[in-house]
Amino acid sequence: MKKEGKRMVWPAYQKNIADDHYYYSRSCIRQNFYPGTEHTFLRILGQLNKDICDDPRHTTCTGIGYHTDVVPFETAMTVIARHFALMTGLGYENMITSCITSFGLYSEVLETWKEFPESEEKTREYLRKATGREFNIPKDLSHASDIIYKFRKEISALGTHRLTDIHTGRKLRAVEHIGCHYSKMFPSRGVGGAEFPCVLSGLIEEFGGEVVDYPERRLCCGFGFRQYFIKANRGFSVACSKKKFESMAPYEPELILTNCPGCFYFLDRWQYVISEMEGVLYGMRNQGIPVLTYEELAGLVLGYDPWDMGMQMHQIPVEPLLDKMGISYDPEAKYKGLKGLDLGVPLQPRQLAI
Amino acid sequence: MGALYDLLQEDYRFREGMKACINCGTCTAICPAASFYNYEPRSIMACVQQRDDKCIAELLRGEEIWYCAECMSCKTRCPRGNAPGLVITALRSLSQRTGMFTCSEKGRQQLAIKRMIGETILSHGYCVYAEHVDTVKFPEQGPVWDWIRAHLPEVMERLGANFQKEGAGNLRKIDDNTLKELSAIFKTTGALDLFDTIEKASAEKAKEMGVEFTGHGTTDGYFTKVFTENNQTHTRE
Repeated sequence: MKKEGKRMVWPAYQKNIADDHYYYSRSCIRQNFYPGTEHTFLRILGQLNKDICDDPRHTTCTGIGYHTDVVPFETAMTVIARHFALMTGLGYENMITSCITSFGLYSEVLETWKEFPESEEKTREYLRKATGREFNIPKDLSHASDIIYKFRKEISALGTHRLTDIHTGRKLRAVEHIGCHYSKMFPSRGVGGAEFPCVLSGLIEEFGGEVVDYPERRLCCGFGFRQYFIKANRGFSVACSKKKFESMAPYEPELILTNCPGCFYFLDRWQYVISEMEGVLYGMRNQGIPVLTYEELAGLVLGYDPWDMGMQMHQIPVEPLLDKMGISYDPEAKYKGLKGLDLGVPLQPRQLAI
Repeated sequence: MGALYDLLQEDYRFREGMKACINCGTCTAICPAASFYNYEPRSIMACVQQRDDKCIAELLRGEEIWYCAECMSCKTRCPRGNAPGLVITALRSLSQRTGMFTCSEKGRQQLAIKRMIGETILSHGYCVYAEHVDTVKFPEQGPVWDWIRAHLPEVMERLGANFQKEGAGNLRKIDDNTLKELSAIFKTTGALDLFDTIEKASAEKAKEMGVEFTGHGTTDGYFTKVFTENNQTHTRE
C-alpha cells in the first residue's frame, strides 16, 4: 500500500478518548500488588489539571471471577451497571478503567446490550431489584493507558527525562505487550485496533525510545485466569511467557512496557521463576528485563521518584533502566517506609541481584 | 436439537460466538492453549454446531473445555466472525449448572476458584486480596512479596494507599452498604445459586472419592487436591 493510502485508512483505526472529567474504576490486581501505579496515574492527571472522580463506592467489576467462570454473565453485567449508576449519580459520563480485564468486560457488556437489547432491559431490572439504582450508559469508555496515550505529547513536553541512554544519546530498545482484552475482542475500542495497536508503541516513540518488533509480540502472556490461579495449571502460564521471552531476547530489549495488570505481573514474576528453575536470566548482562506500566514510564519521564511510584515492588530490578535514563535515585531508600522507616529488605533470589 | 443445545442457546455468549463455523482451523492455529494442551477449539466448534446432545454432554463432562485461557485471540482471527472463546464460556457455565464439571480433573478446580475468588468478591469487594496471597500457594510472587506481606500496612502507606480505611483510594475498606448491594446483585442474578451448586456437586464428588470436605476454606483435603493435582495427561508431548 502506498503511504498516501495508509494515511487515508489510519483514521478508521482511531478511537475517541474523552479529554477531561473522568470517573475512575480501579483494578483489583493493581491495588493489591502494585498500588503505586494507580497513585501515579492520578498524580499525572493532577499535573495535567484533569478532573477525575475516585469514588469509594465502586467495587471489583468481577472480571477475574467472570473469566474464571464462577460469576455468571448476568451478575457481571449488573455489577458493571451499578458502576454506571454511581457514575451517573455524580454527573460523570466518561468512564476510565484501570484494568484491561475490566476494559474488556465493560466493552463486552456494552456490545452485548447493543446486540441483544433485551439483555440491557433485564440488567436494568436486576439492578433496580437489587439496589434501587438507575443508570445511563457512558458517553465514553477508555482504558487508563488510552488517557496517557492521548496526553503523551503534553507529558513529553513537561518531562525531564527521555527514553534514551544518557551516556550515548542512543534510543533505548523497548518491546511492548498489550493485554489481549484491550483490542482483540473489540478492535474498534482500542487505539489502532487489533491489527495496529499503538497505545504503548506511541508512548515509547513519543518519549524517545525505539520500538522493537519480535515474532511473538502479540502472544498472550499466559495469565489465562484459571490457568494461573490454580497451582496445577501454572505450567501453561509460565510456558506462554517463556515463549515470549525467548522470542524477544535476541533483540536485546532494555524494557518491556505493558498496559494490563496481569501481563505486567507475569512478565515480571515469570522471569524470576525461570531464573530460579533453569538458571536463565534474560536481558543484557543477565540482569533481567525491567517491566514497566505505562504510568511508571510516564512518571519516570516526568521525573517522579521511582520508589514513590512503587517500583520496589517489582521482582525484576529497574535500576539498569534508571541508570541508562540518568534518573537519580537513593538505593538506601528503596525498601524504606514513610519518613525513612526501616522495613528491612527482601531476601535475595538465587539468580537475580535486587 | 437436544435439551443441552437448547440451554446453550439461552446464553447470549453462545449466540454471539457460534454463527456458522467452516472448520478452517484458524482458531486452533492462533490459540495459545492449543499449542500447550491436547486441545483444539475447532473440534469443540464442530461438536456444538452438530447440535448433538451426546457430543455436547461429553464436552461438559470432559477436560477440554477447561483448557481455554479466555484470551479471545480466536475472536480476532475467525474469518466468519465466530468466537470459540465465547462458546467455551457458555459450555463452562452449563457444565457447572448441570454438575457435570466434577467429572473432570480440570472441571473440579472450580470449587477452589469459587472459594478463592468468588467468596473474596463478596467478603471484600475485590476479586483478590493481598492478605490471602502467600508464597506457599503462589511461590512465583517471590521474596519481594514475602517482604511486602510482612510489612503490608507500612508498604501500602508508603505508596499512598488507603489500606483498610474508610473513604476513597487504593485497597480501601469497601463500606458495608456497598457490600450489601454487591451481595443483593449476586443473589438476584443467580451467582449465589451457582456457588451453592458448585459446593454441593463438589461435596458429592469428594464423598465418592473418599476425600475430606469441610464445605468451606482453602485447606480441606478436597480443596488441596483440586488446587494441586495434575495427572500429567493434559499437555502435548
